[in-house]
Amino acid sequence: MEPVAGTRINYLDTSLRDGSHAVEHDFSPEQVRHVVGGLSASGVRYIEVGHGAGLGGSSLLQGRGSYSNTELFDAASEVIGDATLCTLMLPGVGVMDEVREAVEHGVGGVRVATHVTEADVAEQHLQLCRDLGLRTFGFLMMTHLATPEVIAEQARIMAESGAEVVYLADSAGYMTEQGVRDRVAAVRAAIPVEIGLHAHNNLGLSVSNSLAAIDEGASFIDGSLGSLGAGAGNTPGEVFSVVTKRIGLETGIDEWQLMDVAEDEVRPLMRFPQVIDRTSLVLGYAGVYSSFLLKAKAAAARYGVDAGDILMEAGRRGAVGGQEDLLEDIAYTMAQDREVPVGATR
Amino acid sequence: MSTNSQLSVERPFRVAILGSGNISTDLMYKVLREQTLQLAVMAGIDAGSEGLRRAAALGVHTTADGIDGLFQLDELPELVFDATSARAHLAHAPRLAEAQIASVDLTPAAIGPMVIPAVNGDEHRSAMELNLVSCAAQATVPLVAAVGRAAQHLRYAETVSTVASASVGPGTRQNIDEFTHKTRKALETVGGAEQAKAIVVLNPADPPPCMRNTVYAEVDGLDEDLLAVEIERMVQRVQAYVPGYRVRGPVLNGRKVTLFNEVEGAGDFLPKYAGNLDIITAAAVRMARQRVTAGAEARV
Repeated sequence: MEPVAGTRINYLDTSLRDGSHAVEHDFSPEQVRHVVGGLSASGVRYIEVGHGAGLGGSSLLQGRGSYSNTELFDAASEVIGDATLCTLMLPGVGVMDEVREAVEHGVGGVRVATHVTEADVAEQHLQLCRDLGLRTFGFLMMTHLATPEVIAEQARIMAESGAEVVYLADSAGYMTEQGVRDRVAAVRAAIPVEIGLHAHNNLGLSVSNSLAAIDEGASFIDGSLGSLGAGAGNTPGEVFSVVTKRIGLETGIDEWQLMDVAEDEVRPLMRFPQVIDRTSLVLGYAGVYSSFLLKAKAAAARYGVDAGDILMEAGRRGAVGGQEDLLEDIAYTMAQDREVPVGATR
Repeated sequence: MSTNSQLSVERPFRVAILGSGNISTDLMYKVLREQTLQLAVMAGIDAGSEGLRRAAALGVHTTADGIDGLFQLDELPELVFDATSARAHLAHAPRLAEAQIASVDLTPAAIGPMVIPAVNGDEHRSAMELNLVSCAAQATVPLVAAVGRAAQHLRYAETVSTVASASVGPGTRQNIDEFTHKTRKALETVGGAEQAKAIVVLNPADPPPCMRNTVYAEVDGLDEDLLAVEIERMVQRVQAYVPGYRVRGPVLNGRKVTLFNEVEGAGDFLPKYAGNLDIITAAAVRMARQRVTAGAEARV
């Protein structure tokens, strides 16, 4: 079934946060101003900005940001108008002081993210966001790994801690439509909280999965322009806005203007075509965290092993978001175990 | 000057355990293995707890009256392991200090100096209040310190600690900022990094994975030969109390040094994957042993 015409949907654009992974955390304040200005003028109400791993994400693990989060927030604030500037934080990586600092730089919404079974590590952070009067989102990552019942319980923990919206993130771009429907429906049946879907396009299903989520009652959908994001990227925002227009959903977005922003502002920032290549397909197939893609490729090149093999091994070990360090460890160990040195005859 | 045999054959050093949870129970098995330590009491507050039941079954004196029960002993212990909670330890600390009982603190209360036995255990072995910081610090600070000893300047250290979800209790879950903050502070203060960052990741995979750590360091003036020696030496020092402490690397890339580490626990009471908990109970017992050694040396 398609969502009913007239349904109101909030589109949250994460080109400048999830997209940060795809440019190795190298967005400049100037680029942020251009994209945020365009998004806001197109009618996008929620705009996420920051290092790909969110507050405190700049690190040797994830890659250092060329600019600090606060510099990027300041640039966004100048042009964001009355849209809400959002950012992400992962407890264990970012800390509450960084939330307070972000607020001083214009952030009005924070998404507190945990692995799908670990919502209780976010209780303090969600509470703080509510106390600060922020638009407060819970964000459950790698939701394909948990059953609908477990997800409903974890969403309840987030809602009771202060989340007004609970996002289900298909961080590996693994889910097909039924998986999305079952999970959204379970949360909707269990608790009265707004529900969001954050998809990755590793199997090419992000737009249709987003529609399925809406049909089951989700009211927030993430996207990024041109799909710019980790792995094969996110739900392409300009595609989503055109599709929603066609079937009569209300997003408040001028899709023609959004297409221009995608084409003129975001695509020129891309370092490589944001497509579903064979390594992204491994992510989607094996259920591996999307931001592992570039790290696995880098480790593969450095140690002369196969990126797909690294990702399959990470999937076998049940690696979760934040374990990017494991990829180099796997590659290092594979190289050590290899009997024939790199460059020897095949 | 004679090392009188009566002095060198020490009477056992009396210790007590405050708390009867998983950590305390694991600690009990480790203490019972130490010939120089005599476990005077295990003091919990729940008479029905598994820890107290196990202790009693092994012939250990128990009380369910907490620290009050401990103070009713005819002969007080010389050292207490406190594995209760930060709040409880803040209440216990002044009473223990007043009675001149040394305290090895496994809670996050953080009153005493930060101690990582393989790095600064000798320096603090006679202190009356020791703070074991965090499991992540116990695992990563030794490696950061080893890198620092092989370099002229340790600019930055960053650690990523992945622990099994099942091994992380509600205390840590609800104070994860404090956990990362304390670990960072130990990387700087004890590990010697000018700046540091600590990251912690919880992994719920089944079967639960062993504690894993990656240590990144940025250095100037690295002596690569010395690095290998310092790492080997440090790993041996930690393995003396945590046999399942393993390191792969170093990987050198410009100024960056990377080390991969796993901590498999001894499996005394806690499961082997919970190397993060094992390393802190093992560190606690290590410090008690160091204290016995210090006492013996002082008396010679």
